[in-house]
Amino acid sequence: MSMSNDMAVTTMRGGAGQLGVGPDTLVLGIETSCDETAAALVLGGTDVVSSVVSSQIDLHAEFGGVVPEVASRAHLESLNPVVERALADAGVGPERVDAVACTVGPGLIGALLVGVSAAKALSLAWEVPFVGVNHLEAHLYSSFLDHGDIGFPLVVLLVSGGHTMLIEMRGHGDYRLLGRTIDDAAGEAFDKVARFLDLGYPGGPAIDAAAELGDPEHIAFPRAMMHDGLDMSFSGLKTAVTNHVRRHPDVGSADVAASFRAAVVDVLVAKTRRAAAEVDAVGIVLGGGVAANALLRTEMTAAGAADGRTVLLPSREMCTDNAAMIAAAGWHRLGVDGPSPLDIGAFPTMPLVSSTPEAHRG
Amino acid sequence: MLILALETATESVGVAIGTSDGPMATVEVARGRRHTETLVPAVEFVCRQADVALAEVTAVAVDIGPGLFTGMRVGIATAKAFAMALDVPIAPVSSLDVLAGGVGDTDRVVVPVVDTRKGEVAWSMVRTAHGRTERLMEPAIGPVEDLVADMMARDQPSVCVGDGAARYRDEITAGVNCEVAGPVHPSPVALLAAAVGIAAEEALCAPHLVEPMYLRAPDATINWATRQVRP
Ligand SMILES: [Zn+2]
Repeated sequence: MSMSNDMAVTTMRGGAGQLGVGPDTLVLGIETSCDETAAALVLGGTDVVSSVVSSQIDLHAEFGGVVPEVASRAHLESLNPVVERALADAGVGPERVDAVACTVGPGLIGALLVGVSAAKALSLAWEVPFVGVNHLEAHLYSSFLDHGDIGFPLVVLLVSGGHTMLIEMRGHGDYRLLGRTIDDAAGEAFDKVARFLDLGYPGGPAIDAAAELGDPEHIAFPRAMMHDGLDMSFSGLKTAVTNHVRRHPDVGSADVAASFRAAVVDVLVAKTRRAAAEVDAVGIVLGGGVAANALLRTEMTAAGAADGRTVLLPSREMCTDNAAMIAAAGWHRLGVDGPSPLDIGAFPTMPLVSSTPEAHRG
Repeated sequence: MLILALETATESVGVAIGTSDGPMATVEVARGRRHTETLVPAVEFVCRQADVALAEVTAVAVDIGPGLFTGMRVGIATAKAFAMALDVPIAPVSSLDVLAGGVGDTDRVVVPVVDTRKGEVAWSMVRTAHGRTERLMEPAIGPVEDLVADMMARDQPSVCVGDGAARYRDEITAGVNCEVAGPVHPSPVALLAAAVGIAAEEALCAPHLVEPMYLRAPDATINWATRQVRP
């Protein structure tokens, strides 16, 4: 395109090192990577002024999982009202917004594009910087929203329907992947088992509720790769559950749910403890939708107490996808890298390590 | 009145800015499908070339499809965000009307045909004589054979335009006596002209009333509905 040179000249103020990002900087965060349409205003990278999440759970429930085309359609309908509500809840006008941060990946491409397109337009119209945020990095920042800084290194267990990973956070913007699932995400296993047991969608809360009424030792489900490295595997467990139920049709769903949940939590806690010991972490942080799981929260807290490590449990709202974490991560990114160019796209697969969006162009 | 027109419903990306006197600046990228990468920088570019500030814009025009779902959503999400930030209304225009508007006066029936992929096209039929466009039918979607059958049934001298007409030129011209001509992609200038008409009729919309013209349910919904009827 012959206009590309001209187009590189932007009307935005600032750039790396020029932009005064400080405690008074108010960032609008936008999140549309999966099935939540979210907008939030966060001051100084830590204070949540407003956080609005419009969930599509009801839309996807009949399919037992997120349908990308349904999600994209819903984001387009919800985004404007969600942003307007975030501004109204904060009691500020658009002129108070200092920057617009938006998830650019990883996620569903059609869903991401709705948020990225809108965020760029808001940035241009309001004449404030646009900053592209890695969704995974944002999950790490969700813990700082509720607790502030507790020092480094931290080990983060990020567990959701799309991800299961252990990350060493050595400082702001400095991450190392320690281990991950080699097949299904833990949240995916929850969804699949819940669907198989007819407990409903999303699977996490459904299994949690049923498990409270069952015996976690009723069935000895396998703990895959328990004694070996920091990677994890959950597809075998899911198969073990279906095989067991087919062989024992009379088994109670509550006992199956309780035994399944215990197996998942055992693996997650053991791997996280090992990771924390390996890097001598000062603390353990949970993030992602599965971090709302009641048993995981108690077991991880107990493990941390036994090992002498602080365990940070973000509030349940901040565990699941939200835009406050996007605004917080955006505030940090803006301070380090300055604004993102307006010609970046969305990145359905985007690794956490080296999470500067520019590094993934093309 | 200053209108910003955003065209991303097909493979191409186009932006025009102008008034009832016509476009002041325009950008068109015919191929690539990098809609979100191109669109907002193109808006920046046309504003600078036209020497206007975005804040002076009084309405945003957008192509609402039918077309490529992703492209349509990039355009509509961008238009809605601009409309919210600038506090201005939107002129939603169908890609089929934009294509027909690009043909100019003719005595023949204009048949805009958009390639919606997966072996299907969306089309409508329009009369464009005397500077007015009159829709002869509501937009339809289906395999190209359905379009040919529809045209045969109407048996009118016609001209087919759009990327669907270009792609299925052989199938269409073998079935009916018609001409396949330009434009291939909806042009932002034609979109701007259509929006001027909508503004003159005082038919501009609030952003929340603007919806894409998908013409079909999401795939998963279709499969689900099919599953329901099985025993
Ligand atoms: Zn997430």
